[in-house]
Amino acid sequence: MDYLTQQLINGLSIGATYALIALGYTMVYGVLRLINFAHGEVYMMGAVVAYWIAIGIAPWGWPVWGALAVIFGGAMGACAVLGFAIEFFAYRPLRNKPRLVVLITAIGVSLLLQNLAQTRYVFGPTPEAFPAVIEAKTVVRWTMGGPDNVVTVSNLDLLSLGLSLGLMGVLAWVVLRTRQGLALRAVSYRFDTSSLMGINTNRTISFTFMLGSALAAVAGVVDAIRYDVRPLMGLMPGLKAFVAAVLGGIGSIPGAFVGGLVIGLIETLVKGYLSSAYSDAVAFVVLIVILLVRPSGILGRYEAEKL
Amino acid sequence: MKDDGSRSRGWSVPAWGVNCALVVLVAGMWPLDWVLVEQMDEYYLRVLILVGLNVILATSLNLINGITGQFSLGHAGFMAIGAYATGSLMKYFSPTGAGAEAALLALLIVGGLVAAVAGLLVGIPTLRLRGDYLAIATLGFGEIIYTLIVTTDRIGPFEIGSSSGLHAIPIRTSFFWAYAGAIVCVASIWRLSYSAKGLAFRAVREDEIAAAAMGIDTTYYKVLAFVIGAFFAGVAGGLYATYDGNLAPESFRFTKSIELVVMVVLGGSGSITGVVVAAAVLTYLPEQLRFFAEWRMVIYSLALILMMLLRPEGLLGGRELLRWRRVAAATTVGGDAVQSGR
Repeated sequence: MDYLTQQLINGLSIGATYALIALGYTMVYGVLRLINFAHGEVYMMGAVVAYWIAIGIAPWGWPVWGALAVIFGGAMGACAVLGFAIEFFAYRPLRNKPRLVVLITAIGVSLLLQNLAQTRYVFGPTPEAFPAVIEAKTVVRWTMGGPDNVVTVSNLDLLSLGLSLGLMGVLAWVVLRTRQGLALRAVSYRFDTSSLMGINTNRTISFTFMLGSALAAVAGVVDAIRYDVRPLMGLMPGLKAFVAAVLGGIGSIPGAFVGGLVIGLIETLVKGYLSSAYSDAVAFVVLIVILLVRPSGILGRYEAEKL
Repeated sequence: MKDDGSRSRGWSVPAWGVNCALVVLVAGMWPLDWVLVEQMDEYYLRVLILVGLNVILATSLNLINGITGQFSLGHAGFMAIGAYATGSLMKYFSPTGAGAEAALLALLIVGGLVAAVAGLLVGIPTLRLRGDYLAIATLGFGEIIYTLIVTTDRIGPFEIGSSSGLHAIPIRTSFFWAYAGAIVCVASIWRLSYSAKGLAFRAVREDEIAAAAMGIDTTYYKVLAFVIGAFFAGVAGGLYATYDGNLAPESFRFTKSIELVVMVVLGGSGSITGVVVAAAVLTYLPEQLRFFAEWRMVIYSLALILMMLLRPEGLLGGRELLRWRRVAAATTVGGDAVQSGR
């Protein structure tokens, strides 16, 4: 029982970062019907930027909350700019080209960012531990039944879950209550019609990329603090977050959030009860099953194919 | 003299002539092998053989991605299956003496067939998906195959070696085998692609719904392309296993699949000669750019992006080197526009 509870807590903590990445996939897919393959690399760049900021501000000895605010804020801002640039230079010129052309371009952007990060001018090929900004410690310690059956929650778990729940709330407010959010919903509902209604679709698409990239940056910083920073760290979380977006119903914002948490839970349960070797493959098994059984996902709506 | 106006060449070689020429060509690799082993630097011979293997891999992927338009990102998985099947059997039987070359041929075909069966098993469910979903699903299958290899120590008496890899496989593949394989693969896929079946493959790529309306069994052709592509990938894997003698599961992951996709895309999806040239150049250049290693992949990926922005149909774009006229009006890599139909 305690083991299961611990696994569930770990799963939610990991799933929270998947959810943040998945939101970017799902919003971009909503407006452009494009799988932004480079999204995992935006997450990685968030971690890299945070790493440099943390190194830079380390000698000043700021309090934890100030340092965290600067690190998260800087990474979010930098990734928003990166997301804007990726869309502007790589995807916008291909707006009316076949989907596969754009998909290949997205793979190209992803490779480019991975390999730029591997050069020593950006980051370098070796993993680096994140500077000690915040120390991992157990904040909740809960004994279930006996003295050996301990369930622990660390401050990083709380940071991860808290940030993703909070940002989900902010995102809900932006999408549901602001004019730009209304435009986003309109564009993802009917692209051509919304442009006829006077919505600046290009600006809305840029906004979507910036929003999604900033969320991915937060996930990147959380994982950088929790594990370490490495130039290829974006690959697997990126793919798993994509699976999460499909699982939740691609194009659906609450779906991405639910999907992320579910993928995180499935992954930790498989890791805890079967073998950690399967933890990467299980996401793809979920993906293939979902695509075959219910392609519209948990919360997605079915879209009939038109000729 | 019939005048159908569709032939750009005034003469044509009968099929038996082509077959004889191919047999002579394959046979010619045998003496060439001797000469190269004597004369050539060992390092360059290795590069040359790797070029041959990548030509097989890229050409077989071209059948799936370029000619049939089913964007697969899991080709390295099929290569891995063939490599492990051939490598493991080779290690178990360790054929020696006069029968060794025949045994190699047999085991290469077995490796190809095992990969083809895997292609069938992967293809039937996933080919219901289209475009970008198919790409991710095949990528997923590639990773699942990798995970299965990493977690399997042995199947019955045959060693797989889990995550530490399979080592000490008898080395049998030489220049001759690599290039015999490459010639057979390119010739088969060329003739398949310019046959009536080839037209069906291209029809599926251009417009699946229209192709189905014309009476083409699209599922059959998609699965067929997948199985044939997987077969040759498996053969290439087997050649690699018996050339290198060591297999590391890491080398058959996503990165290898992407490398093959880049070859197909840059060479010109659907153009067999274009992809062969791209495979050769993209295998040789990185070897020459070793001193440039840090920026090599950066340049690769920039080339990929620029190619998509400026010339999405690839270098040759549906044309062939010896047959410049386009076979099908392939101006695109297939699929519908990003924002169409909504």
